Amino acid sequence: MVNTILSIALLIIGLSFLLVIVRFLIGKSVADRVVALDALTISTIGLIVLLAHFLDRKIYIDVSIVYAILSFIGVIIVAKYLEKSL
Amino acid sequence: MEFIKICGAVLTLIGSLFILFAAIGLLRMPDIYNRIQAGTKATTLGSILTLLGIGLIHPDWLLKLILLILFVLISNPVSSHVLGRAAYFIGIPLSAKTHIDNLKQDRQENPVTKENES
Amino acid sequence: MNLKTMKLKEISIIFIILFAAWLILNQSTATEYLVSGALIALAISMLMCRHCTVFDELRLSPKAFLFTLLFLFTFIKELIKANFDIAWRVLSPSLPIKPGIIRATTTLQSKMARLILANSITLTPGTFTIDIIDDTLYIHCVYVDSEDPEQYGQQIIRKFEKYLEVIYG
Repeated sequence: MVNTILSIALLIIGLSFLLVIVRFLIGKSVADRVVALDALTISTIGLIVLLAHFLDRKIYIDVSIVYAILSFIGVIIVAKYLEKSL
Repeated sequence: MEFIKICGAVLTLIGSLFILFAAIGLLRMPDIYNRIQAGTKATTLGSILTLLGIGLIHPDWLLKLILLILFVLISNPVSSHVLGRAAYFIGIPLSAKTHIDNLKQDRQENPVTKENES
Repeated sequence: MNLKTMKLKEISIIFIILFAAWLILNQSTATEYLVSGALIALAISMLMCRHCTVFDELRLSPKAFLFTLLFLFTFIKELIKANFDIAWRVLSPSLPIKPGIIRATTTLQSKMARLILANSITLTPGTFTIDIIDDTLYIHCVYVDSEDPEQYGQQIIRKFEKYLEVIYG
């Protein structure tokens, strides 16, 4: 029961990844792509934790903590670069 | 015990639905500022609910997941604010639906040089 | 003397936060972990917080604690309400948005309180802070009431401001 509901959640997150990647590809401006990347990374944190449940590996939570920190720094640096104040 | 696990699974499902709504919003919104509104912030609640749901299913993971939730809550407004600010100051136009822009009015009245702000 | 106690407060708050994060990440109370974590947390808090004034205006009283809980409760309520609102706007076929950048002035003096105010506004979907110049916040809204934008801005701010006034000076 629990695993069935979680599989549906995994499918929905995968579908939303496809939609965000469409926005990432059509973009229009650089900042649009960065916003899409930011949304992608935040939902990836949830996805990694879901995978940790399915594979039953606790270490994946540490992976998602490090991923959250690195993606935060990455988005900040790209935004500062865009503003030409780096 | 089984009931709590099902509650966690339903929370995760709601969280993933919010992530889907955010993705749809990212596609449909007309300009970058509205995309930030829909995109990066609805995903925050979505992933927080997902993490909480998994935390209910595995109670021994809960503390680490709460630490992760706190980090997302602190870091996410900073990154979306920095993105919106950068987009505004490199001159990406607001959509045609925008009907009021007080920041532009105020900057025209007393312009701030690039050195003074930050 | 006053300056010295202030710094002690800052260092101890940062130390407690860092040490708690270390303990949660390791999930073990073996002596080696405790000692090395305490040493590293002490070193970081002494090195980094000699001159910082982040928690200067924070009041450590029972009333402030109560208002922190109330603030968190209001914040979570607003977060969930605003998320459902934005989900409805995204899903409805006509896309009912009326975006605009409005200004709102805050009465908060403390820098940290302003930071928390701006971050709370940014985290609730539908509103986000683009810039702060002195005591004026510029907020981008998805849906602005056209009759009186000024009052709408104050309305957004007021929800969080009344709690932060008590927690910070």
